[in-house]
Amino acid sequence: MALKDLFTKNQTKKKKYATIPTEAAKSDVPEGIMTKCPTCKKIMYSKELSKNLMVCLHCGHHFPMNAKERIDSFIDEGSFEEINENMISKNPLNFPDYLEKLEKDRQKSQLNEAVVTGIGSLGGHKLVVAIMDSSFRMGSMGSVVGEKITLAIEKADELGVPFVIFTASGGARMQEGALSLMQMAKTSVALKKFSDNGGLIISIMTHPTTGGVSASFASLGDYNLAEPGALIAFAGRRVIEQSIREELPEDFQTAEFLLKHGQLDAIISRLDMVEKISTILDIHQPGGELA
Amino acid sequence: MIGELEFERPVVELRKKISELKEFTKNADVDLSSEIKKLEGRLEKLEQDIYENIKPWDRVQIARLANRPTTLDYISFLFEDFFECHGDRTFADDEAIVGGIAKFKGLPVTVIGHQRGKDTKENIRRNFGMPHPEGYRKALRLMKQADKFNRPIICFIDTKGAYPGKAAEERGQSEAIARNLFEMAGLKVPVICIVIGEGGSGGALALGVGNRIYMLENSTYSVISPEGAAAILWKDASFAKNAAETMKITAPDLKELGVIDDIIPEIKGGAHKDVQKQAEEIEKILSASLQQLLKLSGDELISDRYNRFRSIGEFALINDLIGVK
Repeated sequence: MALKDLFTKNQTKKKKYATIPTEAAKSDVPEGIMTKCPTCKKIMYSKELSKNLMVCLHCGHHFPMNAKERIDSFIDEGSFEEINENMISKNPLNFPDYLEKLEKDRQKSQLNEAVVTGIGSLGGHKLVVAIMDSSFRMGSMGSVVGEKITLAIEKADELGVPFVIFTASGGARMQEGALSLMQMAKTSVALKKFSDNGGLIISIMTHPTTGGVSASFASLGDYNLAEPGALIAFAGRRVIEQSIREELPEDFQTAEFLLKHGQLDAIISRLDMVEKISTILDIHQPGGELA
Repeated sequence: MIGELEFERPVVELRKKISELKEFTKNADVDLSSEIKKLEGRLEKLEQDIYENIKPWDRVQIARLANRPTTLDYISFLFEDFFECHGDRTFADDEAIVGGIAKFKGLPVTVIGHQRGKDTKENIRRNFGMPHPEGYRKALRLMKQADKFNRPIICFIDTKGAYPGKAAEERGQSEAIARNLFEMAGLKVPVICIVIGEGGSGGALALGVGNRIYMLENSTYSVISPEGAAAILWKDASFAKNAAETMKITAPDLKELGVIDDIIPEIKGGAHKDVQKQAEEIEKILSASLQQLLKLSGDELISDRYNRFRSIGEFALINDLIGVK
């Protein structure tokens, strides 16, 4: 089954029962129809928000976006062909409740794992893309995420096209222990090989990109980019507060904070994403000559 | 005795009893030699039982002992002419990582390792062996230098993790670790990594992309500390003992998972009981491993390292599972 099918099914799923709105629901924002922005508190139509790529119409707050929405928004229509979609996690450590949690997330997110990979084009440029989805196990990286990203990098190498990754992850997946940790090394050695062969790597960090993912492939782009307001961190804010007992700045570990400290090439609004990435891809197109 | 742990108490007590008896027979007119012999036999068996069945949590305790040998301890036994090189050339010298050039049995090498302190004063200087980005960048600088002069690189891993702090985040802790993983993949010289104490997550891995990875028998290597895992899993850090078992963080577990190549046996009761002897054990495996790796060309070393990490991970395909459910 292709990823697309999963989602269309999800969208057209009919409710099997009638719903009676509760008092609370009546007085509050109707769920689904309207959405309230957590930043500016303004209310807008969910449909309009969705049309605006989940960017608040008033203040520009970037709402979370799932893998399917990103493919629809950034990849040229009809060009996306998913690869390795059938790969699923095992339970190598026999970790308690892990398989049940995976199954639950598969149902909830309609995804097989926390990353979707495939071949497609963006602004007419062919590429291999990996899109992480934080609705599956917080986007954490276990063996499958590491393997799918590595296979995607190898595919980009084989096809001689750029590798673009949208990251969203809480870090390495605890339930697979050191195997998860080693995926950081696996993806990084694959990127090194690809890079040495002249491959172009673009990393777009989205909210949140932390821990083992920010400390591996997310930071290894030729271009490291981020969406506005995205949390990008190695260690969690609470851990740091406990260890240093010092007040942290308001914008600590946001994309803006990283840009200020020289860790990012640029912050790009979702609304400009296709145009800006296309520009980079275009400049990297071989054969550019002085007119 | 310093470095005595709960699980080995029966051994320590019996040993004490035997020496008391010996002392007593010296001054008294009784012959207890047969008693002593019997007790010594029991001690041997007890030692075997206890030291050959060390539980994961006890290994964690051994790995964390304040007097467990550190990188600099091993360097002094294993290498000649160690010349320490400081600084990342950009920001500072991070003393949580030491590195330099030396000779190993006559062969020029580069040695790098996490360095923690053994007392509070030294630990403050060494930041408890938890590096900042400049520590990783110093390590990378020295690795590149080794690559240039065709020297094998030996890394000792011994850290609770990369330091979680404001300054570390500002200077790009993530990028520094990621960069090391990436650049180590491209080194044309043999890279041998040895976990000697705690191998804490990404901060350990940043010195860990080697052709061969070994662990001392009582060291640990994990994605999260047992306390951290317990806090998340059971919402209670006191379940760390359970987490240590569940997380598979010991050398035998990790060898089985294919994460490490081999286990370096430890002195009975732990490396701290005899550093020199422990260094000899390390020397054996280093020699053998270098002999193998020195036969490979630069490109072969790179693909050897690639294949080593490429194969780690366990997963299934949906189609494989149909019928299994």
